[in-house]
Amino acid sequence: MLEIANLRKYFSSGLLWKQSVKAVDGVSFHIERGETLGLVGESGCGKTTVGRLLLRLIEPTEGKIIFDDIDVLQLKKNELRKLRPRMQMIFQDPDASLNPRMKIGDSIAEPLKLQGHLNSGGIKVKVLDLIETVGLNPEHRNRYPYQLSGGQNQRVVLARVLALNPDFIVADEPTSSLDVSIQAQILNLMKDLKREMHLTILFISHDLEVVRHMSDRIAVMYRGKIVEIGTANDIFEAAKHPYTKTLLSPSSDD
Amino acid sequence: MKQRSDSRFISFVAQFKQNRAALAGATIVLLLVFVTLFAPQLSPHDPIKACLDERLTAPCMEYPFGTDQLGRCIFSRVLYGSRVSLSVGLIVVGIAATIGVVLGIISGYCGGVPDEIIMRLVDAMLAFPSLFLALAIAGILGAGFINVILAITVVEWTRYARVMRGSILSVKENYYVEAAKSLGASDFYIVTRHIVPNAITPIIVVATLGIATVILAAASLGFLGFGVQPPTPEWGMMLNDGRLFMRRAPWLMIFPGLAIMITILAFNLLGDGLRDAWDPRLRERRRER
Repeated sequence: MLEIANLRKYFSSGLLWKQSVKAVDGVSFHIERGETLGLVGESGCGKTTVGRLLLRLIEPTEGKIIFDDIDVLQLKKNELRKLRPRMQMIFQDPDASLNPRMKIGDSIAEPLKLQGHLNSGGIKVKVLDLIETVGLNPEHRNRYPYQLSGGQNQRVVLARVLALNPDFIVADEPTSSLDVSIQAQILNLMKDLKREMHLTILFISHDLEVVRHMSDRIAVMYRGKIVEIGTANDIFEAAKHPYTKTLLSPSSDD
Repeated sequence: MKQRSDSRFISFVAQFKQNRAALAGATIVLLLVFVTLFAPQLSPHDPIKACLDERLTAPCMEYPFGTDQLGRCIFSRVLYGSRVSLSVGLIVVGIAATIGVVLGIISGYCGGVPDEIIMRLVDAMLAFPSLFLALAIAGILGAGFINVILAITVVEWTRYARVMRGSILSVKENYYVEAAKSLGASDFYIVTRHIVPNAITPIIVVATLGIATVILAAASLGFLGFGVQPPTPEWGMMLNDGRLFMRRAPWLMIFPGLAIMITILAFNLLGDGLRDAWDPRLRERRRER
């Protein structure tokens, strides 16, 4: 489904003396169709950058991204725009993920309008359908994001993403800015939807328990590199890399 | 449901209403617009017709603001003068803001080389004292209404470009812009639907304050003889005309001067009020100070 090889992203700064930060330094992995790969690591280790690179929201310094037999990095701008709806991203902060000046209903309708497959009547029906799928109330359509809670907004984001029927979703800490009780709701919703819609997900988080709950396999990232990758059980029961061990040890749980 | 969707606007109006200075500014601005539109109906005399028998008459019932050295009614001239000032203000700000906003969008959204070019151009413009530059341009082009507009526009667009660029840069960072990008939306769609609507409010504030600056600049050019040509009444020119008679007939300078002052004060109060109403946090901070 998705395969990346030797992906690198260096951010450089400075005008005369270039200094570069190796945010992602040679990352390779693959994700099978219908699988959830968890990506864990401390903040600043390059997890989010990997997510953005996969969708080519930023350009990698080098590497290869093969999505469904398509070499994503070779695509021209127009071809990439056509591919985009098939790969979606859910961001950390749901409140900033929605245009504050658009009503919820318009936000959910937006991907459908851009896709252009449905007429306005069809869009209306589909929006109501999506609102129900993610557990919102039809009357939320006429509200603005600031009138909804973080959890509700993340449901809206999910509805937007699902509207396109994507093959692959990058979920970048989708619950880290939510209350614990709401976190569980959103995570379970995502799990259910994944099963029903056969989604393939890259689930990024710094929270090991959350990742374990969501993922089939887990990749551990440290300073821009993947240090260990394996099934959830392998990682939790028989961690090999010293960094994974420290991550698992209770003392690191601050 | 209608009220709920308008609640942002309602809270904005509520904030604005509490601000008495801003309300005063808004009232004076409305009054000015009224005067501009109905100057012929409101003026007791023809502002251009000279009446040499009544030269330098002090303010009285017949001539509320007195008459000038040619016996023209100053009250009527001040009323008509608002037409020049207000139209220069609105036209210049309209053109300058349009140019500045478009360049600011290009600069902020595209970044890279276009950004460098536009911003260095802005820096170059800002390196000149703005009135001096306007004066030089007006001097080259010659006096007249259109040339005044051109001269002031050339120096004014930079502030809109800078503000818009900054605003775009901060809005661009939002996840919803990235989300729209990953939906496969075009750059044009992203800019017009997601970025500009969320980035434009500061421009409205800057434009309101900008009208005051432009009116003052136009009056300064008028005072120096680069503005509209006589006999069209214009406040800056009236000040200059009155200079020679400052001791004998101070009303020649007092009333146009007051008109300029009140107009600029009104636009400044309105602009400050709009800014505070749009950004309540700013107002809180100021109160703490």
